[in-house]
Amino acid sequence: MSGENLIEIRDVNFAYGKRPILTGINMSIPRGKVVALMGISGSGKTTLLRLIGGVMKPTSGEVWVDGRCTSQLDQDGIYDLRRRMGMLFQFGALFTDLSVFDNVAFQMREHTKLPESMIRDLVMMKLHAVGLRGAAKLMPAELSGGMARRVALARAIALDPMIMMYDEPFTGLDPISLGVIANLIRQLNDVLGTTSLVVTHDVHEALNVVDYVYYLSDGKMMAHGTPEAMRANADPLVKQFVFGEAEGPVAYQYPAGDYAAALKMEARRAA
Amino acid sequence: MPHRSLPSVRGMGAATIDAVLRLGYAARFIGLTIAHSGTSLARPRLVVRELYFTGVLSLIIILVSGLFVGMVLGLQGYQTLTTYGSESALGVLVALSLVRELGPVVSALLFASRAGSAMTAEIGLMKATEQLSAMEMMAVDPVARVVAPRFWAGVISMPLLAAMFSAMGIFGGYIVGVVLIGVDEGSFWSQMQSAVDVREDVLNGVIKSFVFGVAVTWIALFEGYDAPPTAEGVSGATTRTVVTSSLAILALDFILTSFMFRGV
Repeated sequence: MSGENLIEIRDVNFAYGKRPILTGINMSIPRGKVVALMGISGSGKTTLLRLIGGVMKPTSGEVWVDGRCTSQLDQDGIYDLRRRMGMLFQFGALFTDLSVFDNVAFQMREHTKLPESMIRDLVMMKLHAVGLRGAAKLMPAELSGGMARRVALARAIALDPMIMMYDEPFTGLDPISLGVIANLIRQLNDVLGTTSLVVTHDVHEALNVVDYVYYLSDGKMMAHGTPEAMRANADPLVKQFVFGEAEGPVAYQYPAGDYAAALKMEARRAA
Repeated sequence: MPHRSLPSVRGMGAATIDAVLRLGYAARFIGLTIAHSGTSLARPRLVVRELYFTGVLSLIIILVSGLFVGMVLGLQGYQTLTTYGSESALGVLVALSLVRELGPVVSALLFASRAGSAMTAEIGLMKATEQLSAMEMMAVDPVARVVAPRFWAGVISMPLLAAMFSAMGIFGGYIVGVVLIGVDEGSFWSQMQSAVDVREDVLNGVIKSFVFGVAVTWIALFEGYDAPPTAEGVSGATTRTVVTSSLAILALDFILTSFMFRGV
């Protein structure tokens, strides 16, 4: 594995039973970069994220993270790796029985023996970084969608992870929150010196903040390149995705039988 | 040509295989829970917090129900005992009924409906909102951090709740029998004291409530952890917790009673 790549995925195949989800995936994520993994819903993006996190093991191929092959690690090895990973879930996944403060302090209390006074200071610093120091005492139910996502981001960076993974971080956000989260992803990556992998289908926001893009379709890696290269890509599949066109290789209609037959038009004509 | 009854036989077979598989998962689940209880022992605050939610918050329903059950026992018992002129044995009847049977069984049924359903819904929703996945991604084992403290809280609180149910029931029987109807107070208490055996009656009642506590908490936690992560899935799991727990309590009660009081 090349030293400059923090994550390397080599010839990975993954299937649920006989149903293939990922086929022949190769990708590398260099240290310190923000990389986007794009594709329409159901293309296998989140599965790939789970493979990197060691939640699932590939059917064949290898996933290397920081010089370690995840499929060769036992549970303790996987947990050791995850302690250096941060993940932002699609809707935040905040612990609803804990306050904002306790959510951010969760990992510090679970994995370190830091005194409460130091945990307090660290939590306040993380919350300040996402602009929510004043919301420390609120419960998750009292937060808006955008605020919840920012608290989850503060929680994910609590232990200064070497890798940050974002699973659809822009879903369901208003334009202001969306821009704030996108900028935070970039700023936190640069300030903390982490490496970020953003799984998204929000083309506009993602292309503005990432260094490199991988485009996944139907479980296969169809294209990759810089944001500029992706915008200029002439492949009809990539073009349709990047510019959000209704017509193209990705069919708008879910496969179905004959439309006229479904409406029983022949029978009506005969009557 | 296959026989017409073949699909139904296949259906029964599939249902049986599914039930055995689920039983296997549930057995593995409780094994994992017990094996991962180190965190709960090392950090008793986690268990104490859950004791509050499962035990303390169930107190009202347990105490009020115990009072009414005891009062009804007092009324019914008095009416039956006067037929034989033995109304002075009312205290014995109330105490034995509660300590041996009604205390453990009714409090376990109430515990399953109140705390068991809440546990299932909470864990099911934590799963549906990816809170358990988030915990795993933070290298925190959800079985050790979420399931085990709740399991031990349920196992500890059940015998205590059953004891309080019985105590409140005896008080209810006293109110109706002695205060309202006028049964002799001395014979009410003294006959109860001489007839109720600590090992035969009280300890057996405690053992029953402990077993019910394990069963109800196990079912509730497994159903929550195994629930499909949808609104329908969580609702179905909550219903299954109450139904399965209630049936398990009644079946276990029969088995335990037949072993405990076989010499009587």
